Amino acid sequence: MSAVVARGLAKRYDDFEAVRGIDFTAEERTCFGFLGPNGAGKTTTMRMISCISPPTAGTLEVLGMPVTERPRQIKARMGIVPQENNLDEEVSVIENLLIYARYFGIRKASAEPRADELLEFVQLADKREWKVPKLSGGMKRRLLIARALMNEPEILILDEPTTGLDPQARHLVWEKLRTLKRGGVTLIITTHYMEEAAQLCDRVVIMHEGKILVQGSPRELVAAHTTRQVVEVFEPPEELQAALTSFDGLARHVERLADRWLFYTDDGDEMLGKVRTLPIDPGSIWLRGGTLEDVFLALTGRRLVE
Amino acid sequence: MTVAAETRTLTRAPQVSLRHAWGYWLRNWAIFKHTYRLSLLAWFIEPVIYLVAMGFGLGEYLQRVQGVEYVDFIAPGLVALSVMYGATFETTWNAFFKMERARIYDACVSAPLSAEDVALGEALWGATRATIYGGAFIVIALPFGVFHSWWGLAVPVALVMVGLMFAIMGLTFTYAISMVDYLSYYWTLFLTPMFMFSGIFFPLDRLPGWVQGLSWCMPLRHAVDLMRALLVDGDPGAAAGAALWMVVVTAALFVLPLNLLRKRLVK
Repeated sequence: MSAVVARGLAKRYDDFEAVRGIDFTAEERTCFGFLGPNGAGKTTTMRMISCISPPTAGTLEVLGMPVTERPRQIKARMGIVPQENNLDEEVSVIENLLIYARYFGIRKASAEPRADELLEFVQLADKREWKVPKLSGGMKRRLLIARALMNEPEILILDEPTTGLDPQARHLVWEKLRTLKRGGVTLIITTHYMEEAAQLCDRVVIMHEGKILVQGSPRELVAAHTTRQVVEVFEPPEELQAALTSFDGLARHVERLADRWLFYTDDGDEMLGKVRTLPIDPGSIWLRGGTLEDVFLALTGRRLVE
Repeated sequence: MTVAAETRTLTRAPQVSLRHAWGYWLRNWAIFKHTYRLSLLAWFIEPVIYLVAMGFGLGEYLQRVQGVEYVDFIAPGLVALSVMYGATFETTWNAFFKMERARIYDACVSAPLSAEDVALGEALWGATRATIYGGAFIVIALPFGVFHSWWGLAVPVALVMVGLMFAIMGLTFTYAISMVDYLSYYWTLFLTPMFMFSGIFFPLDRLPGWVQGLSWCMPLRHAVDLMRALLVDGDPGAAAGAALWMVVVTAALFVLPLNLLRKRLVK
């Protein structure tokens, strides 16, 4: 069964169309990612899935139920991890979980063992009695994840789950999310980090100005929308730029930025060989694979220069 | 939005569930258990200062007022005042903070609570906290002889009634404003005139007719009348009249904060 199905989904505010008719399907037990620059409509779409923002047009079904008709039933089976911390700062870590459990009508006798189990899972068991302000950013994020799992949700919604976290905290969150997915939870995330999407998501959509530009697995998108490899030349010396330009024909696209030139090519070795014939410091030439970030920038941002 | 559409939005039947509202009430109760020692003292120390300073200070120079000692005259009004401040503080500054800074409301509507459940839970909580303040004040005032009639046993019901009325009013204002700064208008333009003209410190019957008329429109005045009728005068007729005024006003305003919060959160 599909966890989330949207058809012609749109959201209009008074004078602004945040989401302009999008179609997507998130399958159960997979991780589905929304990518896009700020203002693309990702968060609005997440708010509609979370039954907080009613769609203006189109249909949106979560767990087989229309969001406008059965918000309580949907929310009872869903967990939401917000972008901004909204924990109860006055009380301890464990009480945050118990308070949240009451919103779902879970009694203390069953909530407390569940909360302790989840604190173990997110590695906060030793912070059980700590007050929230003492926690680091990464700990707060893990506590938010634990809180969203109190009702044993079938779908977990995360809005930029690792924004602002240090690399250690970020990898820990990814590890926990992968564990959850293996356990059968459907994950729906938004992210700015292409690496995060490539790490976690089975399927992504790239949104821009309220529309979906492309969708598919990260691998499919890389294959379809960028080259296999990229040769980057950092700060090419001015006297060599004319010579470098003569290699343009070997690349599918060339992008000239202020600080570096990018040659998008399917044969990186050949391109690299050519560039190396010029007297450029080898430390400022780099061959790498095409990434989701290249796809993203090509589609939404930095204009391709042929 | 047109006026008619706006009116429909604010008067429609709310999607509310008492069970879910109770979940939010329990959240506030859990937090209160941690913080009451810090806040409670500040809120009933003020009426106690009035009681001592006005009751004994000013009271020394006064004849009996409406047949009772001055301290007995002002005590019931001060009970109503502490209930009003308790409910108002909770439903203005605290509610705004929870909604806009701590983003607690966002967490609630991510769970199966509706915006209306949160508003109802907040109103019931405001009434609860106000009742605690009023009750504590009565206990403190007992040695001063505040209790003169067996009708005083009905005071707990009166505390809840007054608390709920001011909670609904406070939330209506809080959910309608965009910036916290507007709250000072609620205090200076609404609460302060009531403080002066609700018959707490002097009887209203010698004031000009138009002031008496204005006073009749003030919620605190009826709260003071109710407390005085129960605690001092033992006058069930006057108590019923004041209670009826408050019930009608509370019922008339009841759906407003619920719908205002839905409008604010569900976009």
